[in-house]
Amino acid sequence: MRGARPALLITSGLLLLALSVSVAVTIGPADITPDQVWRSVAARFGLGESPLSQLREGIVWNLRMPRTLLAAVCGAGLALCGAVMQSLLRNPLADPFVLGVSSGASTGAVAVIVLGWGAGVVSLSAGAFVGALLSFAMVMLLSHSLGGSMDRVVLSGVAAMQLFSALTSFTVLTSADAETTRGVLFWLLGSLSGAGWTDVLLCAAVLALVLAVCLANTTTLDAFAFGEEAAANLGVQVGRARVLLLSVTALLTAVLVSSAGAIGFVGLVLPHAARALTGSSHARLLPVTVLAGAVFLVWVDTVARTALDPQEIPVGVVTSLIGVPAFVAVLYRVRSKT
Amino acid sequence: MNHPVRTSEEGLRADRVSLGIGGRILLDGVTLVPRPGETIGLLGPNGSGKSTLLRLLAGVLGPSAGVVTLDGSPLNRVGRRAVARRVATVQQHAHTQTELTVRDVVALGRIPHRRSWSPMTPDDLAAVTRALERTGLTDRADQSWHTLSGGERQRAQIARALAQEPGELLLDEPTNHLDIQYQLDLLELVTGLPVTAVIALHDLNLAAMYCDRLVVLKDGGAVAEGTPSQVLTPALIEDVYGVPVEVTPGSDHPVVRFLRRGSAPPGRTGPDRPPRAPDLPAGAAQERPG
Repeated sequence: MRGARPALLITSGLLLLALSVSVAVTIGPADITPDQVWRSVAARFGLGESPLSQLREGIVWNLRMPRTLLAAVCGAGLALCGAVMQSLLRNPLADPFVLGVSSGASTGAVAVIVLGWGAGVVSLSAGAFVGALLSFAMVMLLSHSLGGSMDRVVLSGVAAMQLFSALTSFTVLTSADAETTRGVLFWLLGSLSGAGWTDVLLCAAVLALVLAVCLANTTTLDAFAFGEEAAANLGVQVGRARVLLLSVTALLTAVLVSSAGAIGFVGLVLPHAARALTGSSHARLLPVTVLAGAVFLVWVDTVARTALDPQEIPVGVVTSLIGVPAFVAVLYRVRSKT
Repeated sequence: MNHPVRTSEEGLRADRVSLGIGGRILLDGVTLVPRPGETIGLLGPNGSGKSTLLRLLAGVLGPSAGVVTLDGSPLNRVGRRAVARRVATVQQHAHTQTELTVRDVVALGRIPHRRSWSPMTPDDLAAVTRALERTGLTDRADQSWHTLSGGERQRAQIARALAQEPGELLLDEPTNHLDIQYQLDLLELVTGLPVTAVIALHDLNLAAMYCDRLVVLKDGGAVAEGTPSQVLTPALIEDVYGVPVEVTPGSDHPVVRFLRRGSAPPGRTGPDRPPRAPDLPAGAAQERPG
């Protein structure tokens, strides 16, 4: 019976995530054991005393912990966006990049960095958010004027992606000095190295909100399996559902990209892996996708920051190295089904 | 609003509905009043408005003039979910890239009855089981949708529609591209269901065999309505489809036989036209099976 499996999957996913985070936090140049981490966490809640020195407390709480948690939140959020977009667009290759949302967010954030509008996390997020919405609005307007069908949405997304990538390159090339360019490039490839608690809390709050909206619409997402008209025949208000779900995923993407840069392939690949575990019902698929994305990015980021120690690899580079073969595998599966 | 006098407002009906898109008239003042439990066949060549009429009846398109009502209330005031609990549609093509079992597909029919986030209730599960049994798909319930043949896919879609527990079932050329055996099986199944069915059909003989009443559309307008024997006359078929035919009144339904143009009675085709083979299966199915 399939009824027992989702609860089991979600429970073991949560355990795996907790384990992954506590182990990932211990990995790095400074030696810290999982046991010490747990006791330090307990100490924060007033249980016992932390076994760590002040310096190591700082390493855990100000560097590794926010970074690892941001990896978990980004992985979860990107995977969620990918799963929702794939179902809504009926395109197994859809993810936040296909809709051009990530590129728009990058352009906005780069404009803030390079042109120096405002400062700090909030203005960077705001820039990314405005860029994401502009790009999203452009994709929606363009696809609507082309007839509104889902393949038009995807093609419009590709157009937006090209346009905003060009704008980003133009901004960087004309306005930035060498130092800034390096920073921007690192961030464009996706990096969690600057993670702070503000990022973690902002991203987690938006993730919680968007996840709640998506979970409230799981049967609506199921209804799209045979297309928009079939969904309408099953009582779904297609236009409303599409605008709502695409908007919240654009919002989540914007916030994630503003904190961690454009991390590719997580949204594309993880939903497929989760589907293999849960089947197609979104009530089962979405929670498992979110957990899988979180665990995945925690470990990928751990590899990215330690593999070439002390040199750090941008996490987006690692996800792409893993993602491209997986992408090809997805393409093969799609081909065999049509 | 001045509706014509009605004996009853029960059920789904289209009242003088028209639809024009981009200056092209797809449907022009068509009225359709199915009686409870009957099977209505929609006939007419491609582009005559059959699919458009079905979409209006399902409420996925709104008419630009006229009104579609469900138990007397206009569809747009009934609400999409409430409509889907009463009216189920089987589209001409059903494609998905999602990995679904037959049971998953049939369970989609429970969506209008369910709330998001709540699991299937025993009622939902029972409805799915009944729909699978009714369509003879119980053995295939756990098989992947992608492994089904065309006829089985259509049957699974009908099972999905039945899981909606509709009073009205709309089918858009459900027998297209199916082997003749599956065409007969499918229509036998549909006409045996306790629903009011409206079926768009290509094949005149299948329509004559299985439908209680026929409505013929041409260029978006209804040009004939009645029992198969009343509607399927050589003059009407020639007028609507532009092909010469011979109609034999059968014991319980008329049989349409298409004629080669060359052998058509004089005056029916232009003299310059070269004779050509009929492209419709002439009298492909003249006997009911079993």
